[in-house]
Amino acid sequence: MNRRIATKILFYLILIAAAIVFLLPVYLMVLTGFKPFNEVDLKTMWSLPTTGLHIENFIAGYKQLAPNLNNSLMMVIPEALLSSLLGSINGYLLSKWKFRGSNLLFTLILFGMFIPYQSILIPLVKFMQFLKLYGDLPGLILVHIIYGIPITTLIFRNYYSGIGTEILEAGRIDGASLFGIYRYIMFPLSAPSFAVVIIWQFTQAWNEFLFAAVLTNQSHWPVTVALNNLAYSQLVQWNVLMAATLLAALPTLLVYLFLGRYFLRGLMAGALKG
Amino acid sequence: MFRSFKLRPNQLILAIILMLAGAAGVYYFSNNDIKFGTTDFTSLGILFSGLVLYAGILVIIGMFENETVLSISLLLPSIVAIAIFVYGFIGWSVRVSLSQWQGLRPDYTWAGLTQYYDLFHNDPRFVIDVRNTAVFTVGFIVGCLVIGLGLAILLDQKLKGEALFRGIFLFPMSISFIASGVVWAWLMNPAMGDRLTGLNMIFHILHLDPLINLWFTNPQPWGMVFTVIPAVWQLSGFTMALYLGGIRSISDDLREAARVDGASEFEIYRYIILPMLQPVTLSAVIILGHMSLKIFDLIVALGKQDIRLDVPGIYMWTTTFAANNYAQGAAIGVLMLVSVAILVVPYLVQNMRTETEI
Repeated sequence: MNRRIATKILFYLILIAAAIVFLLPVYLMVLTGFKPFNEVDLKTMWSLPTTGLHIENFIAGYKQLAPNLNNSLMMVIPEALLSSLLGSINGYLLSKWKFRGSNLLFTLILFGMFIPYQSILIPLVKFMQFLKLYGDLPGLILVHIIYGIPITTLIFRNYYSGIGTEILEAGRIDGASLFGIYRYIMFPLSAPSFAVVIIWQFTQAWNEFLFAAVLTNQSHWPVTVALNNLAYSQLVQWNVLMAATLLAALPTLLVYLFLGRYFLRGLMAGALKG
Repeated sequence: MFRSFKLRPNQLILAIILMLAGAAGVYYFSNNDIKFGTTDFTSLGILFSGLVLYAGILVIIGMFENETVLSISLLLPSIVAIAIFVYGFIGWSVRVSLSQWQGLRPDYTWAGLTQYYDLFHNDPRFVIDVRNTAVFTVGFIVGCLVIGLGLAILLDQKLKGEALFRGIFLFPMSISFIASGVVWAWLMNPAMGDRLTGLNMIFHILHLDPLINLWFTNPQPWGMVFTVIPAVWQLSGFTMALYLGGIRSISDDLREAARVDGASEFEIYRYIILPMLQPVTLSAVIILGHMSLKIFDLIVALGKQDIRLDVPGIYMWTTTFAANNYAQGAAIGVLMLVSVAILVVPYLVQNMRTETEI
């Protein structure tokens, strides 16, 4: 019995040590953010603020990133809503109205989720220039929606596959069409799945860097590109940089904190059927 | 092909309205440049009007009561988008990689496999990139699997506060690679002596001075090994969640039976649970592997384009958009795609086959 308690304590100690290591970067960001300018020094990086909490760094960081945070928000919201709608329709059709070759079609769509975007980047830039969508947010939104089709279709398809066919047959007997079954049976059932996909797409688009860096010009940079630029510049003090990083990460962190359950489900869907 | 056709007058009217509105929209947007502020809405206008027009056609197809045709027609916009933006663009990239395109003006003069040959035979930078990717991939996958499995087994012990720990281990996944790279670049500050800071400072305070090191400014390939740390920080929680899901799906009866037979807890993990987790490991390797083969933004933020930490994704980016060497950029992109495809395609095909059987 003593041995069992000893192992339990050992397990706790390992878990607590791991948790401290995992939280270290965030601790540093928060700590630095609340220090006044005169207390920020590389030597005292880990010391607590001595003269109370200050928010000057956050204000300075916000001043640097405000337009970009706004750009990210303007991009991410329509992107998440539209791509979830598209994914829902695709997932419904590919799970409930299978035809010969539909599994092959689904696999071909799914492949688009894994490709390195460097392999399509040059044509993409040329094509967006041709469409006059280069440099601005609508173009970036369109690109995120299109390259989001595989994952959104996958999540919805998995979800709808779990809904029994009895309910569909009941609908058919009542004379509902393909549209009707979606509108009156499947769509009302899909709220949890919409939550998963909207949160997933929100996080992905907010955190994405490559498309954002290549397809937008400076005045339309989303926050990831601006933050990276800030980190490269020699003029910005590192405490302001830490505060800015926390601000840039905050929206997705909050989503995770409050809606983590749905976020996790999106994560798992990425692992296909596991 | 069409078993029946049911004419529904109000649907027909709707279809005609949609088609007329869509056609008018396409006509209007193709003859006018529509701008709000600096944003050009011409192509989006054409796209949207085209979709309205197509919606009208869909209503008519719906009246034919052939669900297969209707289903394919509804999928068509997505199919077209993927066909162009994934497969069409891949083909286009391959064509660029076989050309002599250098500079801003497209030049599709045939150059055969010159770019590929040069990358492997005359390009020390690409050789560094391949080595770095290999180091990163091995370190990243092994790190995530070991830590992920370890944490999953610890959390499986029905300890109190499990949800809290799970949340802590998973949250880094929600942060962007850029933000994480920026913070970790400060944590892994290589300054020595008086300017000691970051993690090195913590080691010093804890009297763990032998651990103080140069991080990714170490001589290669060891410097690259340290870029694995932030990546593992972000994704070992995800691996843990995958394993925990796998462990929880193994029935308790099986464990109970083993206990009755006198197996120790260690033996239960060694001989029952670990072998049953093999499919989870395979999924995790595929997911983590394809991420590491195309790793880009984390290294951009972490290494500030230090050539010692170069990876193909960064090389492609700079050679294309900074040096305007489009043919070479396309070749690197295609090689990245090939490496990911070798990993992922067998898995996707396998997934498709098992599903078709059911």
